[in-house]
Amino acid sequence: MELSPDDVRDIVRVLDSSGLDELHLELADLTLTVRREGAAGWTSEQQVLRRPVVEGGTEPTADTEPERPRAAVAEGLVAVHPPLLGTFYRAPKPGAPAFVDVGDVVDVDTVVGIVETMKMMTPVHAGVRGTVLEFRTDDGEFADKDAVLLVVDPASESAGLGEGAQ
Amino acid sequence: MRIQRLLIANRGEIAARVIRTCARLGIESVLAASDADLQSLPARLADRVVRLGPAQASASYLDPAAVVRAAQAVDADAVHPGYGFLSENPALARACEQVGIVFVGPSIESLHAVGDKLTARSHAVAAGLPVVPGGEAADLAAARAVAAEVGFPLLVKAVGGGGGRGMKLVRSAADLAHTLDLAISEAAAAFGDPRVYVERYVESGRHVEVQVLGDGVRAIALGDRDCSVQRRYQKLFEEAPAPLIPDRVRAEMAEAALALAVHLGYRGLGTVELLYDRERQTFYFLEMNARIQVEHPVTEMVTGLDLVAEQLAVAEGLPLRLGQEDIAVTGHAVECRINAEDWAHAFRPSPGRIDRVVLPTGDGIRVDTHVQGGSVVPPYYDSLLAKLIVHGTDRADAIARARAALELLRIEGVVTTVPVHQALLDDAEFAAGGVDTAFFERFLQTHQPDLVGVT
Repeated sequence: MELSPDDVRDIVRVLDSSGLDELHLELADLTLTVRREGAAGWTSEQQVLRRPVVEGGTEPTADTEPERPRAAVAEGLVAVHPPLLGTFYRAPKPGAPAFVDVGDVVDVDTVVGIVETMKMMTPVHAGVRGTVLEFRTDDGEFADKDAVLLVVDPASESAGLGEGAQ
Repeated sequence: MRIQRLLIANRGEIAARVIRTCARLGIESVLAASDADLQSLPARLADRVVRLGPAQASASYLDPAAVVRAAQAVDADAVHPGYGFLSENPALARACEQVGIVFVGPSIESLHAVGDKLTARSHAVAAGLPVVPGGEAADLAAARAVAAEVGFPLLVKAVGGGGGRGMKLVRSAADLAHTLDLAISEAAAAFGDPRVYVERYVESGRHVEVQVLGDGVRAIALGDRDCSVQRRYQKLFEEAPAPLIPDRVRAEMAEAALALAVHLGYRGLGTVELLYDRERQTFYFLEMNARIQVEHPVTEMVTGLDLVAEQLAVAEGLPLRLGQEDIAVTGHAVECRINAEDWAHAFRPSPGRIDRVVLPTGDGIRVDTHVQGGSVVPPYYDSLLAKLIVHGTDRADAIARARAALELLRIEGVVTTVPVHQALLDDAEFAAGGVDTAFFERFLQTHQPDLVGVT
């Protein structure tokens, strides 16, 4: 069963008139603790234990895609990770040209993509000077915090920059 | 028709909210959940759960075909779309109609009428509502003609925009041509609709809205709300009634909202959004939202009504059970939206696992939430964790009680915006009431969180 806020309020009313400081209620699929927090008021801590039985449709699509060895980056190359987990986009909006492509030269501050987390967009900066070698996360693909979005071949101090540049 | 089995095609706190009313009314609730939400608190609260699709909203909560498939799979009589997602999408309403399932929302015609900003505006004008002076601007000549009427500064707005997107401020005539070009090309790229219009810029405006409920013939107004505390057009805090509005203007706002609802033959819950001009003490129609709103509980607190129950009743085809004379607003209610965001880091989203949830309780306190200890807040959807709603005898009482309730509330495991609300409720300008929509950005300038000790 579910306890509505009204039910909890009723319980608090009963407690208020009882002089008790705490009530712990255990039902088959729910636990509820109502506690007096000093002089400030009552709090409740509820835990719905019931496990939902999912019906209809097809089974959840487990990630059956074989994990590519994304984390491994060859010696001397730099992996670009998302600033926070989210869905990776290579362009500012659908249909627009990508921020960067393989072969492009990037600087530390170059925006190489965006990550959408909870409907908020965060730019992804290259964080390194060099040439984009490959993308390891596709456009629209979800990326964990430690995912490799792309790999950059860092420019040496004297040479390297300019190769593949447009 | 009596609804006996309701499919809830949404997630988060609003799903839990609708389930609660179903339980009270004896309606069987079936939650349509994406793969990311199959173990969520709403899934545990619903009578039944049906899989809607993958975590990505485009293939689940935003796919009308998936919603109708789920509704048919469980043989639901009706679909409640909540807010956001497909709630105002005529495609879902039509798909439901085609298979004989009740869409808990207004008619397809009403959705079209208010779904497009220009159409909504023309309906508002036809219903006699004041609108911000302005008009469509297909080209520079048209824009100049409108500008001559409304004066500068003005706004160029994309017809397809909304929520603050596709809006440009023009300070003087010299900037008009350039900004118009930019706005048209950006509107075409961003919204697939190059149409823009030009309107007067109100320097100090408040976001005030009137809750209406209609049965297709008659409509009633359920008081107003103020939602001016916003950051980047996202509301953070709402209250009912809107403070510091002259009685005469408040009555005019309610009349205006009703006139629009009656003009549309509106059936369902709706919100008429108004821009209240603080200097002129007058208001303009902005848009109409054809769904239940996030902030509906403040109206429920001051009216004592269950808006979801009223919404279901008119969806069943019942006439309004209440008359305007039955609606009384008592006291004052406030709502704090508690998001999984980190104020200290530019409101960076903070998804993750919730360790523990302790909620304040007692008279006049309500928390609408979808998380408990062990819940996972997925990164795919919005960051709203809970809404703290507090009812007091007057505004000062409601704010004082909300402050005490925030002290007791614990959502541990993710970073939340509770500290933002604590600072907000302590602010003198806010406490005085009636702040404009620019207030919160100013507030943030002077209330930078203490960054010491934060990595």
